Amino acid sequence: MTQATVTKARTFTHLVSKEGGVKYPLEALNVCEETFSPLEVAYDYDAIRAQVSRETIEAGPNSIWRYKAFLPVESENPIDVGTGMTPLVKSNRLARRLGLKNLYIKNDAVNMPTLSFKDRVVSVALTRAKELGFSTVSCASTGNLANSTAAIAARAGLDCCVFIPSDLEAGKVLGTLIYNPTLMAVKGNYDQVNRLCSEVANTYGWGFVNINLRAYYSEGSKTLGYEVAEQLGWKLPDHVVAPLASGSLFTKIYKGFREFAKVGLVDDKNVRFSGAQAEGCSPISQAFKEGRDFISPVKPNTIAKSIAIGNPADGVYALDVARKTQGNIEDVTDAEIIEGMKLLAETEGIFTETAGGTTIAVLKKLVEAGKINPDETTVVYITGNGLKTQEAVQGYVGEPLLIDPKLDSFERALERSRTLERLEWQQTIV
Amino acid sequence: MAVKVLIPTPLQKFTNNQATIECNGGNIDELIDSLEINCPGIKSRICDDTGKPRRFLNLYVNSEDIRFLDNTDTALSDGDEVSIVPAVAGG
Repeated sequence: MTQATVTKARTFTHLVSKEGGVKYPLEALNVCEETFSPLEVAYDYDAIRAQVSRETIEAGPNSIWRYKAFLPVESENPIDVGTGMTPLVKSNRLARRLGLKNLYIKNDAVNMPTLSFKDRVVSVALTRAKELGFSTVSCASTGNLANSTAAIAARAGLDCCVFIPSDLEAGKVLGTLIYNPTLMAVKGNYDQVNRLCSEVANTYGWGFVNINLRAYYSEGSKTLGYEVAEQLGWKLPDHVVAPLASGSLFTKIYKGFREFAKVGLVDDKNVRFSGAQAEGCSPISQAFKEGRDFISPVKPNTIAKSIAIGNPADGVYALDVARKTQGNIEDVTDAEIIEGMKLLAETEGIFTETAGGTTIAVLKKLVEAGKINPDETTVVYITGNGLKTQEAVQGYVGEPLLIDPKLDSFERALERSRTLERLEWQQTIV
Repeated sequence: MAVKVLIPTPLQKFTNNQATIECNGGNIDELIDSLEINCPGIKSRICDDTGKPRRFLNLYVNSEDIRFLDNTDTALSDGDEVSIVPAVAGG
């Protein structure tokens, strides 16, 4: 456990409405009061430029807090549970299978402490929540955010009340309860949970990480951009493929790259942004394909529950990023999602959850459609861990071979499995 | 026809800090006009220049998003509950 110690002046200055540019003070605010659009944290980039260099970042903590100058917190000791600095793996076998030469996997399936990228945003949100004086924190979640908020609140000594849809995967429910928050399982889908939380946030004085702390919270996703740039040797990639739920992560990776270029840490270039959705919840992909600049909400029906947001709040911004960077947005079926999970596991040894299966399946689809150049440095973002969504692949991964504790039993079983493998292989060839 | 409208915090300055307002209207468009009469100034916050609800604002009739119903033509009956909820981030 490292404790980040940075004693620099505050680099963030105010909140600003994404539509209309209205300025707001650095408080816990939901949305722009005039347009209801999201609020964004604004920074003094000259101050950041004066504070950071590649060397100061490399000498910083081995966590997201090495980028503290780019994050909206003031504390000298932010909540540091070792979040971030997850592996950027150069893919060999998956890359070969797909016909790509420069594929990298950003593996947040092993992010700390709760095995999803959400630990990044929650570390930032709860540090800011303490600074703003909240003693209770809360969130509406499809599961990963619930795990992360409950865990990091426990570490920080904050009271915690979490809202989830009642049909979540067992691993995500248990993985929240273990931290002993108050857990509300709402009979409804995520969008209904969110709506309830907006009403709760109006009346209770709690810090909701994705409602009144959203402007701060969402900035944590920028570290997925910073880390990739640093891990590539202070270079931006050519193309990224990331999952789309609310659209926030996608736009923040983009913002992270822009900021690094702006302060001179990397050479500027156009990075293509491609987004992945599940066909059973693909409002952003549908809008992209139909050339619309607005999102029509849908009712989710997919195994990819962690990205099943039918009414994505940052959907229009994600559309904008994909279009202006010459990227794509694509969706895949539940069957393709399971195949994507298996493909990543079998070729790279990474067990991701359904969102990661979605992203890998979309990567494959884009390659097959000729939309990713084999020479491009492509980074695929894996944002969650497969152990949390075991139900999704149950029945699709085979069974163990049950044998007696005797050599001949083992040998008979081995022969049988090799025959089966051969048959499968022949079928594939034909 | 009395319809209960749930008002989000940023709009409560138009409702004397009331979180709920009783209003009339046969559909959402009429309800918004009726809200404006009771709470002058609120319509220009709810709606954009075209007179339709802003894109970051979600309207629900008895928990159903009006975009799954008939949008602002969605009919209202006595006792319905309409909530106005700004979109929130997620995951």
